[in-house]
Amino acid sequence: MGTLWFCLVAVMLAMYVVLDGFDIGAGVIHLLVARTDEERRTVIRSIGPVWDGNEVWLLAGGGTLYFAFPALYASSFSGFYLPLMMVLWLLILRGTSVEFRSHVVSDIWASFWDGVFALSGVLLAVFYGAALGNVVRGVPLDIAGRFFEPLWTNFQPRGHTGVLDWYTILVGVAALAALAMHGALWVALKTEGALNERARNAAQAFWWGVALLTIVITVASFHVQLLLSTAFSAHVWGFMFPVLAVAGLLGVAWFLRARAELAAFLSSCVYLLGMLTSVAFSLYPRVLPSSVNAVFSLTVDNAKAPEHGLRVGLAWWIVGMALATAYSVHTYRNFAGKVERSLDEEGYGSSPQKI
Amino acid sequence: MEDALIVHRLHFAFTVTFHYIFPQLTMGLALLIFVMKTLFLRTADEKWNRAARFWAKIFGISFALGVVTGIPMEFQFGTNWSEFSRSAGGVIGQTLAMEGVFSFFLESSFLGLFLFGEKRLGPRGHWFSSMMMLVGSWLSGYLIVATDAWMQHPVGYLLEPNGQFGLASFWGLILNPWALWQYAHTITGAVQTGCFTMAAVGAFYLLSRRHEDYGKVFVRTAVIVGLIAAFVQLWPTGDSQGVMLTRYQPVTLAAMEGLFETERGAPVAILGQPDVPRRTLDNPLMIPHALSFLTYRTWAAEVKGLDSFPQSDWPDAIPLLYFSYHIMVGLGTIFIAVLVLAALLLWRGSLFNSRWMLWILMLSLPFPFIANTAGWITAEVGRQPWLIYGLMRTSQGVSQQVSAGNAWFTLIGFMGMYAVLAILFLFLVYREIERGPGEDSPGTLAGAAEAAD
Repeated sequence: MGTLWFCLVAVMLAMYVVLDGFDIGAGVIHLLVARTDEERRTVIRSIGPVWDGNEVWLLAGGGTLYFAFPALYASSFSGFYLPLMMVLWLLILRGTSVEFRSHVVSDIWASFWDGVFALSGVLLAVFYGAALGNVVRGVPLDIAGRFFEPLWTNFQPRGHTGVLDWYTILVGVAALAALAMHGALWVALKTEGALNERARNAAQAFWWGVALLTIVITVASFHVQLLLSTAFSAHVWGFMFPVLAVAGLLGVAWFLRARAELAAFLSSCVYLLGMLTSVAFSLYPRVLPSSVNAVFSLTVDNAKAPEHGLRVGLAWWIVGMALATAYSVHTYRNFAGKVERSLDEEGYGSSPQKI
Repeated sequence: MEDALIVHRLHFAFTVTFHYIFPQLTMGLALLIFVMKTLFLRTADEKWNRAARFWAKIFGISFALGVVTGIPMEFQFGTNWSEFSRSAGGVIGQTLAMEGVFSFFLESSFLGLFLFGEKRLGPRGHWFSSMMMLVGSWLSGYLIVATDAWMQHPVGYLLEPNGQFGLASFWGLILNPWALWQYAHTITGAVQTGCFTMAAVGAFYLLSRRHEDYGKVFVRTAVIVGLIAAFVQLWPTGDSQGVMLTRYQPVTLAAMEGLFETERGAPVAILGQPDVPRRTLDNPLMIPHALSFLTYRTWAAEVKGLDSFPQSDWPDAIPLLYFSYHIMVGLGTIFIAVLVLAALLLWRGSLFNSRWMLWILMLSLPFPFIANTAGWITAEVGRQPWLIYGLMRTSQGVSQQVSAGNAWFTLIGFMGMYAVLAILFLFLVYREIERGPGEDSPGTLAGAAEAAD
């Protein structure tokens, strides 16, 4: 039961990264690729109808994590207290910037929210990457399964660690590059003309960064967390996950050149999924490794909720997720194709003068 | 540790109090918008549709703020109350995860369609999307109230050997009698917030002689729906909560009423200031025997006072509890009076000319927000010193390793951020009210310039 819920929670959180990842990435590249007010409105409109639903994967995934692995939720959320609170503030800023930008017709107003949107995107990407880096590196969990990390200590990934050290910052920068590429591919997929071209060029440029940083963080991860090599040598089939990531990354380059925008974006999704499943595979059955003593690690067995609740939860989870999938498919279908540039369309980023 | 505990409690209290400004408004408006969309479908009168469209804009702004301030609530169970989550996550994780899976996906999918999809969906499709917003927001409210109800009155659980609480009965948790009454009471409170907001805007238009057709629509709809909600608020929902308190949290009841000594034929205190060290109620204004009747349905019944319970089980902020309870009940009573009066005038056909009544309706705007907040303070301060009533003390649930300094840092951060959000909210809603319903060109400077061209 623990393993099953590990997979389900992992799927939900991976969905969050892939879906909200492009919203965040759109924010990262917002000021780089969109020059005029109209182009910036178009970027916002390319995520307008879906960003809230994408963020729900974090809430629903977090809720499911809480219900299935309360001990993990309790330890990690209190241990990562400060960075999580900062993520909350950034999510508030991101949400308000998307929702409120179009409410007032004023250059000052729009520029302010454009800046907030971009800044919150950049910081969110780095924080999420650093969080993943922390999970891979392990945290100083004590015998009672508790820890607390300040934001930084001496920037070394050993001993008395902080949330930020050279390794987790590196993962944060890699996440920034990966989400920037992901967001650029989304914006390219949803737009036309000069904006589309700049987004494709940005994706191309970030691709090189992603490729380089993927190699660097892979080497660094094996150096920092010895569990990785143990996991891959014990189960050779696990190599399928990193292979998936590499295939996705190559696919991005290939399809970008072929100007197949949808295929390039989907390849980027495959890359992100490949990276995340590689991490999940190499840590399992641990959900949060202890850097103090391997025995103190939280695992699917010692962190899971009592059995009966997990079994009951499966029933409503399946029903709920079937509904959620149906809504999501419907929303994305409705929103398929390029964002229309006509100004009299109602909605996000449209010009209120014309409504 | 004591020191950090207070900060963590303030942290949750501040963030949840600010958050609840928005859901109470959106849950109330969701019903009113649905009513107006339904009337539009039945009468084909475009007036109803435009009225609904106007409120949908205010709903959209409030909803966005409800979403962004709601996320910190879910996180804080883990960040600030990790020991509570470690023990109880197996039970209340059910309702919290269900809220995400059932409500949030539904709301986020239909919100865009509801706000921006009217042309594409057509009248029936758009009516359906307004219904789904109602279902989503009210379901979300239920699952959260059910979570709180388990902390107030834990049922359907068992204690595991490792000290965790495990789920024993799913339906016991979902159909907790405490949850059913608390939800009914909460949702009628939210409906009153929606109604008083709508009535206040309508009265504002009528008094300033702008958009008068819509002003009448707003006032009429709000007064009728609000009157029903105000009565249901008192009876049966409020009354039943009192009976449940008497049975399951008698010490809370005694503290709320300022009843320091056990009495036969206990009175209800309408006014008075509790002096906890001296154990008296100063300057009391009493209705004799009323408390005995309300709790036990006989005038002479014995009601347990605080002296019947060890002081360690008393709520730790008795004056706050006493006043928030009295503010809630006092305002609820005033709401009934205001709405009955307004409904009488409406029935007589003179409401729209009674400027004094319109003034009262307009100035009532903040009070339902205060009453709802006071109600939640009553429930949550009344639960003290327990986090899970009878099972876990609040001091046992806090995150042990998060220091007071870190908690202060983030509390101050939230205060700053929420101050900005509050200003934004007022600014944007004011603009919508200023622009008004039924007009296609906005009242902004840019819009005015364009209209002049």
